Amino acid sequence: MNASFLAGTEAERRLLPGGTLRGPTPYVIAIMTFAMMIVAAAGLALANAAGVVAGAVEHRYVLQLPDAGSGKLEAALRASRSAPGVIGAEAVSEGEMRETLEKWLGPGGLGDDLPVPALIHLELAPNADAGRIAALLTRGVPGARFIAEQATVQPLLGSLRALRWLAVALVLLMAGATSAAVVLAARGALDTHRSTIEVMHGIGSTDEQVALLFQRKIALDAMVGSLIGGALAAAALLLIGGGGLAMASDLAGGPPLRASDFLLLAMLPVAAVMLATLVARFAVLSALHKVI
Amino acid sequence: MARQRAHAKSCQTRRGGPLSAIVEFDSVGLRYGTGAEVLRDLDFRLARGGFYFLTGPSGAGKTSLLQLLYLARRPTRGRIQLFGQDLTDAPRDVLPDYRRRIGVVFQDFRLIRHLSAFDNVALPLRITGKSDAELEGPVREMLAWVGLADRASARPPTLSGGEQQRVAIARAVISQPELLVADEPTGNVDAEMAARLLHLFTALNRLGTTVVVATHDVGLIARTPGAQLIRLEKGSLTDPTGSLRNPPLGTAQVR
Repeated sequence: MNASFLAGTEAERRLLPGGTLRGPTPYVIAIMTFAMMIVAAAGLALANAAGVVAGAVEHRYVLQLPDAGSGKLEAALRASRSAPGVIGAEAVSEGEMRETLEKWLGPGGLGDDLPVPALIHLELAPNADAGRIAALLTRGVPGARFIAEQATVQPLLGSLRALRWLAVALVLLMAGATSAAVVLAARGALDTHRSTIEVMHGIGSTDEQVALLFQRKIALDAMVGSLIGGALAAAALLLIGGGGLAMASDLAGGPPLRASDFLLLAMLPVAAVMLATLVARFAVLSALHKVI
Repeated sequence: MARQRAHAKSCQTRRGGPLSAIVEFDSVGLRYGTGAEVLRDLDFRLARGGFYFLTGPSGAGKTSLLQLLYLARRPTRGRIQLFGQDLTDAPRDVLPDYRRRIGVVFQDFRLIRHLSAFDNVALPLRITGKSDAELEGPVREMLAWVGLADRASARPPTLSGGEQQRVAIARAVISQPELLVADEPTGNVDAEMAARLLHLFTALNRLGTTVVVATHDVGLIARTPGAQLIRLEKGSLTDPTGSLRNPPLGTAQVR
């Protein structure tokens, strides 16, 4: 699609009168583009958040001991720090554990005779063999468990990923709705200009020539609509970006939208114009094929 | 284009070369939907350069026959050849090239209301890719020929019936068609204008265009010596030679 395609000749523009912004098409496309961009931005932010969370816990594990007494915690901590592939080991203090457990068991729920479990947070090297380390650290410690932190946050990651796919599905649905609106607009335009089409066919116009006229008209409508919708969406994102996104950025430990995401979002209005143009062409050509 | 050339070649091969007849109908029938046939067993040929009047009472099928001639419909049975090519089952994409060789004056003019007289007349040239500079002269000349030089920028709704008809005729002949089909071209004009239009048609015919005019106007027929008559009644050709008892060789040969 280039500028000359959109402009056409003066005579071609005269054939199908009626400038842009006269029918509902630009407004429908503006609304759809706006909604698509906002939903896509949300989907991208969720995907980024999921990535940040997954990345943060990717190499983190917990060694859980059923009883920290009799120097067992210190021994396990020493063993952890000396295990090959472990680049960091930090024990949760007994005080912290008691505090946490009391939230569940109530004040005084932990008697002196009840053993307090111990936790050691481990950070493994990216290429470390977690299975081997687990076997090494749990050997000879009855009831010890080696837990990947990723497993703990899996439900959260699952939800974030599901929301991301929901955003993708919504964008596709809106693209479908835009296509349907364009088909209706193309059919409406064909009905409005039926007599012109009949004359053009009668004097030897090809389907291609007729389709190009409508394609151009709808492409212009779509372009105006996409520009309006895209500008509004950009404004909304910048507005949110000033407050909410900045906070989300701090929470997630990274920017919710990266430069590549903004590039992708900027492509959406262009994609909407191309989709509208292609759908218009298909709708017009298939309608023309029904006449001789 | 390759498909069109292939189509033309296959048709010519099948028929053993181009025919001298510009139109050939073989047992042609036409029905709309599941209704009765509106045209039945039409067998005739029109010679290149001939002048034909198509007559018959209202509802006889004249307009339907003309629609078959200018490729707005396909027959439901039989074969139709135009310009030596069998176009009965021709693919859609080859038809525009043949339509460009046919000028049509519709009964209801079918001018594009929002275009000026100039643009309406220029349309057949524009669709063949002529630039504004190329078509300016011929269109002005054509408008002058039909007496509308000073109405070039007028839109159809501001033109009288006769003026609209002349614009329609100018549009039909601007690309010098090999076949001109006119449906009641004098139906909306006074006797003087009818005579002028007839003069235009005969002038065009002298330049080699085959002319087919559907009309009820007996006076028009009488004023055109040498024209052939095709008479339709209830969808069939009747009295095929009409008043032309001895049609000249090489012109209409109604079987």
